[in-house]
Amino acid sequence: MNTSTTYAPRSRCVSIPALETVAAWLLAIIWIFPLLYAFWAAFHPSEFMVNFELFAPLTLENFTNAWSQAPFARYYLNTFALVTGVVIGQFVVCTLAAFAFARFPIPGKNVLFMLVLIQLFVFPEVLIVENYRIASELGLINTITGIGLPYVASALGIFLLRQTFKTIPRELEDAARIEGCNWLEILWKVYVPLAKPTYLAYGLVSISHHWNNFIWPLVVTNSVESRPLTVGLGVFSAPETGVNWATVSAATLLSIAPLLVAFLLFQRQFVQSFLRAGIR
Amino acid sequence: MSFTNHRKMQLYGALLLLPAAVLLTTFAYLPTVTTVINSLFLPGFRGAPTEFVGLENYQVLFDDPTFWKVARNNLIYAVGTIPTSIALALGMALFVNGKLRGRCFVRMAYFTPTILPMIAAANIWMFFYAPQIGLFNKLLGMLGFSGVNWLGDPSVALSSVIVMSVWKEAGFFMIFYLAALQSMPPELKEAADLEGTSRWSFFWRVTFPLLMPTTLFVLINALINSVRVVDHLFILTKGGPNNATNLLLYYVYENAFSFFDRTTAATITVVILLVLAVVATLKFTILDRRTHYQ
Repeated sequence: MNTSTTYAPRSRCVSIPALETVAAWLLAIIWIFPLLYAFWAAFHPSEFMVNFELFAPLTLENFTNAWSQAPFARYYLNTFALVTGVVIGQFVVCTLAAFAFARFPIPGKNVLFMLVLIQLFVFPEVLIVENYRIASELGLINTITGIGLPYVASALGIFLLRQTFKTIPRELEDAARIEGCNWLEILWKVYVPLAKPTYLAYGLVSISHHWNNFIWPLVVTNSVESRPLTVGLGVFSAPETGVNWATVSAATLLSIAPLLVAFLLFQRQFVQSFLRAGIR
Repeated sequence: MSFTNHRKMQLYGALLLLPAAVLLTTFAYLPTVTTVINSLFLPGFRGAPTEFVGLENYQVLFDDPTFWKVARNNLIYAVGTIPTSIALALGMALFVNGKLRGRCFVRMAYFTPTILPMIAAANIWMFFYAPQIGLFNKLLGMLGFSGVNWLGDPSVALSSVIVMSVWKEAGFFMIFYLAALQSMPPELKEAADLEGTSRWSFFWRVTFPLLMPTTLFVLINALINSVRVVDHLFILTKGGPNNATNLLLYYVYENAFSFFDRTTAATITVVILLVLAVVATLKFTILDRRTHYQ
């Protein structure tokens, strides 16, 4: 029924009739259109927001406006500090816990592990009210630590690393022990290097999650000094502030640019990471 | 291994678990327990001690029509987003898995919304939905129709929010279907071709059943997201007009941080926790029936 398949009989790909190609492309254009539209709006004067003209003058004014009307440099710094801190914290805490679950005889280990998995469902943002109270008792309100700390002991990280550590043969561990390594050295020299792909995958997922996180950072911060980009953007572009739309779209692009560029450059790694972290 | 050595290992393991245990207790277990406790008490006036009221707060909550409206919204939101985004995700994956011109671009186009923060996505969609200068109404105007108040009309607003969420989520679910499709043995298709099976019945009889675990996995994730992600409401509607787009978690936020009613906030949080418990049970019984965490 399909002549094109005869050219490549063992191909995994199934050839698609023309109608479906059109549908696939149409859907793709609809899907990317909002982003392209934001680009258009950000690089043109605001009067061209809805009057599409191919040769409308290009401008960077919207970006300079956004940059001068809100402290985006500070927001960038805060987001960078937040994401770096969270990922480092998660790597350390989750590695230790995963190592314990994978290799140590802890009484009631399975029950404890199920308890950890609960956090896959009960996220810090679902408990905003009580977490806010706890954060304020610990003096963490309006600090970057306060935004990040509730996420450091991540069930997903513990789960993924434990799965990886369990696949590492004990012989390697024994060899290291004969060399005179203690437990922490074994962890650092045998387990961590062999789990690099898991760290990469989990790291990318975690970076994009915390770059984009909003409601908990919104609740726990109340000034420019600690607000990350998402909260800054939310405050800046709230409809009631009456900021010019072209400026809002420039600000939106400013806050998504680093992650978007990283994604476009390392698409495969991002997609693979989401897959790896998702199969749980 | 000697007895004392075993003891030492246990101690060492416990020490390794300690940081995670302290953090999880502080930010997950303790707040869960205090939330449940708070939902059973009423705060005393002017420094008076709190008073145990049993299930009275729940009674008050269930007598509140706004709560039911919000719960109903959340249900409509879930029913509106989940099947649509799963169906679209599956369609996208089938498109991108086939031999398609410009496959890389198409796949990127589908997946890109996933990378954006919900806040940014909402900002972009504001340009479409805004009453006077929004793109949708401009287009309708060009075609001679009168504009729709996409976010201001209570009968349309929730649908507008749903459409945006579907756009944001479908590409994420696509990658899981794509991975599953790529791991399907090509012999199945070859055998079906030999038998002269139509593509339609091949999909419904072979592909779709084989994708069932993926569908369940995606479904669980979508269910969690439908009670967890409310970021877009902060930009698009703030739960309005007249609570027409309010969702449970946003209602918690409003109660706690706008109305300063921590008791009601705690009571609604318990409702959300119950929903999540149902989803978790679903996952651990249906999805993991064959997966064992050894």
